[in-house]
Order: sequence, then C-alpha cells, then structure tokens
Amino acid sequence: MAKISLIVNGNPVTGNIDPRTLLVQFLRENLRLTGTHVGCDTSQCGACVVHLDGKAVKSCTTLAVMADGHEVKTIEGLAADGAPLHPMQEAFREHHGLQCGFCTPGMIMTAVDLVHRKGHDLSDHVIREELEGNLCRCTGYQNIVVSIAAGAKAMANSDLA
Amino acid sequence: MYEFKYHRPETVRQAANLLIKNEDAKFVAGGHTLIPVMKQRLAAPPHIIDLSHIQGLDGIEIKGRSLVIGALAKHAEVATSAIVGEAFPALAELAALIGDPAVRHKGTIGGSLANNDPTADYPAAVLAMGATIVTNKRKLKPEEFFQGLFTTALEPDEIITKVAFPLPKKAAYIKFRNQASRYALVGVFVAKRPSDVRVTVTGAGSEGVFRVEAFEQALQKRFSPKALDGLTVPAEGLNSDLHGSAEYRAHLIGVLAKRAVEAANARA
Ligand SMILES: Cc1cc2nc3c(=O)[nH]c(=O)nc-3n(C[C@H](O)[C@H](O)[C@H](O)COP(=O)(O)OP(=O)(O)OC[C@H]3O[C@@H](n4cnc5c(N)ncnc54)[C@H](O)[C@@H]3O)c2cc1C
Ligand code: FES
Ligand code: FES
Repeated sequence: MAKISLIVNGNPVTGNIDPRTLLVQFLRENLRLTGTHVGCDTSQCGACVVHLDGKAVKSCTTLAVMADGHEVKTIEGLAADGAPLHPMQEAFREHHGLQCGFCTPGMIMTAVDLVHRKGHDLSDHVIREELEGNLCRCTGYQNIVVSIAAGAKAMANSDLA
Repeated sequence: MYEFKYHRPETVRQAANLLIKNEDAKFVAGGHTLIPVMKQRLAAPPHIIDLSHIQGLDGIEIKGRSLVIGALAKHAEVATSAIVGEAFPALAELAALIGDPAVRHKGTIGGSLANNDPTADYPAAVLAMGATIVTNKRKLKPEEFFQGLFTTALEPDEIITKVAFPLPKKAAYIKFRNQASRYALVGVFVAKRPSDVRVTVTGAGSEGVFRVEAFEQALQKRFSPKALDGLTVPAEGLNSDLHGSAEYRAHLIGVLAKRAVEAANARA
C-alpha cells in the first residue's frame, strides 16, 4: 500500500492505496467524486479529464500515487454546491451542449483548460482542433463547439476560474 | 494491471540505483505509454520508478548552436516554448501534433524516445537533425540509439537526461495522422542543415524511423519540391495494415516530403 496526500477541489485529502490505483479510480471510488467518468479506459475518449496542477489530463492514464503532493480539480470543483454554475457549465446547459451527458464532465474540464491556455475569443476551428482527445457519441459536436465558444466569453466576466 | 511497488527518487543517481537494486523495474515519466501497456497486462514490472519528480530535467535552452531539451520536458512545453518557436519552429510544430492536448500535458520527449514507437513523431526530428541523446552514462547518436521496433541502445539502468538538437537552416515536419490513434500513419521530416539535407520518415518503416537518401541527394542539389518530381520510395518493406497498404504509405512519403520542403521554404 502507499500513503498519498493531495489537494482535491481545494481540500486536502489522504489515502492509503494500492499503487496501481488510477487517479480516476481514487477520485470515484475512494472520494466518491463520481462526476469524472470512465468512457474508454484506453486514453482515447477524454471522459476522465481532470486538471492536475491546473492542466487537463486523462485521469484514466495517471496513477494516483503519481499525483501525491499535487493538486487536482474535478468537475465538482468548478462551482460550489448550491451556488450558480461555472460559466462553462452554464453555457453547456444554455446551448444544449449535451444529450446523454456522459462525455460532458471531460468536455467541460477540457474546455476550461483551453480557455486558460488560449483565451476567451475562440474560433470554431481552434475549438474543434482542441477537442481532438474528447469523444461524444450523441451530439455530433456542433452544440459542444457553440457552448465552448459562449462559455469562453462568459468566463471573461466571471470570478470562477 | 498487475501489482507493483512505487518509488519516487529525487535524483538521476537515486533512480539508477533503484533500478540496479530492483531487477525488472521500469522507469515512468509521463506514463502515457507505460500505463496503457500495464493496463493491458502487456507489461508487469514489479517496481515502478517515477522519474517525473526529479528536478532540473525539464529545461529548454539554447547552448551554442544547439537546442537542448530536458528528458522530462512535456510535449506541450516544447510546443509552446518561445525558445523552440524561435530557434526550431519545426520541432514546436511537431510537438503540437502529438496526440491531443491532455496527452501533451503528460507525455515527455525522453519517454517518447526511450519507447521508440515506429509511429512516434520525435524520432523523425532526432534522426533528421543528428541530435545527441544524452544519458546518465554516455552520449548517443541517433544511428546508434534507434535499433528497430520499440528497441533502443538504452541499458536497463540508463536514463535519458536530455536531447541536444543542432539547429537547422530550414526544416518542416508534415504528418498524416492515423485518424483513430492520432499517431503518424506517415510523417516526413525535412531538414536543410548547414552541410547537407536530411529526409526522415516515421510511421511507415517496419523497423521504425529511416532516411530516404534518394530524396536527400535530389534536395541537396536543389531545395525545392520540384527536385522530388518523379522520385518514389519502394513499397517493399513498408508497413501494411488495415490503416493503409505499403503502396499507400510509399505514395504518402513522396507527397508529404514535397509538402515539407514547401513548408520549410515558406518559413522566411
Ligand atoms: C491517446 C494517445 C495518443 C498519442 N499520440 C501520439 C502521437 O500522435 N505521436 C507520438 O509520438 N506519441 C503519441 N503518444 C505517445 C505519447 O507521446 C507518450 O507520452 C510518449 O510516447 C511516451 O512518453 P511518456 O513520458 O509518457 O513515457 P512513459 O510512458 O512514462 O514511458 C515510456 C517508456 O520509456 C521509458 N522512459 C521514460 N522516460 C525515460 C527516460 N528519461 N530515460 C529512459 N527511459 C525512459 C519508460 O521506462 C517506458 O519504458 C500518444 C499517447 C496516447 C495515450
Ligand atoms: S476514460 Fe480516460 S480517456 Fe477515455
Ligand atoms: S452527450 Fe452523450 S456522449 Fe456526449
């Protein structure tokens, strides 16, 4: 077993885990943060994307022990419980950026990371290129692209990062 | 995934000693090749030695006439580095084509080279530039380092610490992606170096990255896409699979090489 301690959504957490535990398993099964999904488990689909030290990563391809001492943000950490949604979440709701919702946590975490890297004014082309690692089986992507462009703009006037 | 013990060394020396002590151990850097392979149970190392917390192995700097990149530099760091963008834009563009944004936030240049996947991107640039691969033991030239499919000259306890790229006069990398995996179906790197021209190909060779000497000689005389008119690469020995036949790959090499020369020339 391995002892780990890290910050998840701003809170210190600890665990005593088998070293082969994936970060996504630790989040879902130990911390019960089930917003992060496992779609493919083969690094392809992006349903499991979280932020590790502020950067989008696939948590199905990261060992929880490797995140020891680091900071993780999941979809649950974007906005406080009961408080208004994060602007990117709100944009997905407003623009029908989801149907079944399975890919949505990964899409939103990828989109927020994209805004951090490339700013608030994103062309459709840039958004589509950046979604290379996120698969959606329902929407055909069109409304996801629309949602991300709108969410990116809305983030410029929001206190939520 | 099978069970293993996890180690987190702080220095290269500690990491190498851990490997000597624990036979069959494996290093991990970004984990974006090793973890998937372990999940599929194609590898079952009893010990994992995490290199990713060793300080000072992720630098990017110009030293003399070379661009020196630390083994732990992530693809995203190379893609967005102002230093790389200025001195060797073709390499920044190559790094930006690896996988997807999340993969680029984790994968490292050292891991990519140590893995020597026949469809990986970095080997094309390393072979084209004659880059030096520096380890904790020695310095290796690409011709000695790459030894065929997923095989390198690295000894078990040998750690890549950095890669030194001599700077080209002009260069470009054009990649034809496998739409599913995002690796190269074929990728061609063309470099006009101070003394000669090099053309390297990834994705197509059954033994990994290789040079196309006929293209090099033609481009040496005249560095223009026209110089490649009528020249072809034999399909024999190239990869052939459900993604593309050997003939298709051979054809792509010619097309991408011309595009690469054009792109290199378009850079003022
Ligand atoms: C979805 C997906 C798409 C991808 N697409 C591409 C692509 O388009 N093009 C491409 O080139 N690659 C692609 N990759 C591979 C990616 O670039 C990997 O990150 C890279 O090949 C391995 O780097 P790593 O740091 O993750 O290595 P790891 O997985 O940590 O290690 C790989 C191997 O290298 C060894 N190793 C690691 N670092 C060192 C070192 N410093 N010294 C000695 N040995 C070392 C390890 O022991 C291991 O055997 C993709 C990966 C994924 C998951
Ligand atoms: S579950 Fe991680 S990429 Fe699909
Ligand atoms: S909304 Fe169903 S997978 Fe994207």
